[in-house]
Amino acid sequence: MSGAAVDDDVKVGALRQRFGRLTGYWLALPGGLWLAIFFVIPMIYLLSLSLMTGNFIDGFTQKFHVSTYWHTISLYHDQFIRSIIYAVIVTLLTILLAYPMAYWIAMRGGRNKSTYLLIILLPFFVSFVIRTLQWQFILADNGFVLGTLKDLHLVGSDFHLLATPIAVVCGLTYNYLPFMVLPLYVSIERLDPRLMEAANDLYASKLQALLRVVLPLTVPGIFAGVLMTFVPVASDFVNAQLLGGAKTTMIGNVIYTLYLTNNDYAAASALSFTLMGALLIGIFAYARALGTKDVMEAAAL
Amino acid sequence: MTTTDTTPVTRPSVQRKPKRKWTYYILPVYTWAVLFYLCLPIFVMILFGFNDTKGRYNITFQGFTLKWYKELFAIDGLTNALVNSLTIAVIVTVVSVVIGGALGLALGRYRFRGKGAVSLVVFAQIATPELVLGTSLLSLFLTLNVPRGYFTILLAHIMFCIPFVAVTVQARVAGLDGSLKEAALDLGATPAVAFRKVTLPMIMPGILAGALLSFALSIDDFVTTSFNAGQTVTFPLWVYGASRLGIPAQVNVMGTLIFLFGLVLAAYSILAGRRKKD
Repeated sequence: MSGAAVDDDVKVGALRQRFGRLTGYWLALPGGLWLAIFFVIPMIYLLSLSLMTGNFIDGFTQKFHVSTYWHTISLYHDQFIRSIIYAVIVTLLTILLAYPMAYWIAMRGGRNKSTYLLIILLPFFVSFVIRTLQWQFILADNGFVLGTLKDLHLVGSDFHLLATPIAVVCGLTYNYLPFMVLPLYVSIERLDPRLMEAANDLYASKLQALLRVVLPLTVPGIFAGVLMTFVPVASDFVNAQLLGGAKTTMIGNVIYTLYLTNNDYAAASALSFTLMGALLIGIFAYARALGTKDVMEAAAL
Repeated sequence: MTTTDTTPVTRPSVQRKPKRKWTYYILPVYTWAVLFYLCLPIFVMILFGFNDTKGRYNITFQGFTLKWYKELFAIDGLTNALVNSLTIAVIVTVVSVVIGGALGLALGRYRFRGKGAVSLVVFAQIATPELVLGTSLLSLFLTLNVPRGYFTILLAHIMFCIPFVAVTVQARVAGLDGSLKEAALDLGATPAVAFRKVTLPMIMPGILAGALLSFALSIDDFVTTSFNAGQTVTFPLWVYGASRLGIPAQVNVMGTLIFLFGLVLAAYSILAGRRKKD
């Protein structure tokens, strides 16, 4: 090989190294910028809008009034509390519904595991709004569930489900159940079956093995599932709108109306920001209580 | 479900099949019940796409008909909304796969300053409720007087798809052997060729998964879109708006067709994955 060629090779190598060091930046730049402009900066605008005063007709002025917060929160604290209560109930229901199922599929699913998972994901191939509307239809006063029950005289003829909290909680539980099943399935599937055998060998009953071996080891999965259900449920407004009534209004419905019907942007953004803050504080407190190691594992799921 | 009993048979009982305790069947029956519950609205949707109703109301089943499949595009507003949703989903999928895939590759393989911050933003975006994503973006557009419409829907959808693509691609890259690419470079491949021939095929499953996810998220999105759509109507927005007046059967038909399309794609990707493994 001639000296010039070696020189060239060295040059190319050096260039490649320099380029290589920058590759990460080039690859991350478009995505990073997009998220900065359309996710991070809008948060700042949300905060700034919430601190404005004025109305849609006269225009808004930046006043840095915090009074909007106190005012709107005192006006809508019922809906706030209701959203949190619904979210807690729905999260607990989804854990109860999902855990046995995830356990069975992970432990006994055999070669059909991916088929079961596909069935769990099937609802996602139907639009969220359409799915919820089907529940409106299923739970209707003379729909086939209540209609049949009424014909059999199992419930009174004036019994109804729509526009009650039960309908809203049912719809929410239905819509967010897959988000609980999947992380639970992943964490149970990763368990070593020998651990259960060891527990049995050491004279643990089935219940003890479940409570003292399986459950503690799947806490990261439960954590991930709770994050993926609680946060979206607390801010959902589609279920309350389509299945609920005047007494089931959640905070999401208030924000939606204030933004898009009343054009009361300051109050609406104050409420959104409060919701975001409340959820963030909740997540951090929850993460703290569980310990950071579990949180990192949950994030890794 | 048939599983072979492995317990040794102590006495020859030819007539009697080995009987399981009834408690063995609790969990499978329970699982199938929950799976049925998850699919119930899908059955109802498909069934009522065949319902022979007279007008716009589609409430009780009155007989089997295919007329809604023939008159699928009879409602102009609905057809427009569907076209909007489909074109938006395609554009969003392409853009977010390129941008999000690059981000995922950077997070999974390369070192750069601010990597921790970018990961944090990606994680925070996924954890942020859609309502807040939608309202904060609306605040930006309101304050800067950006007219809302088709274009702002695109911006919003790409924003919430990028992190999902990035995370799936990153997960895929993290499980790969980086030395393969270095071997290609040592053997004289240019970085571009090494990327196309080595890295890209290896991260392809991650990219495909991210693309499927982006398409599904975009075509289905209601919350973020409703805040940033202006006068533009997408399929979920149209259905939501029509829900007060009664949903025409065409919605069920379109829902059924989208469902079947998704099912075929998912089945195809599962089968393709299986074939690769063998």
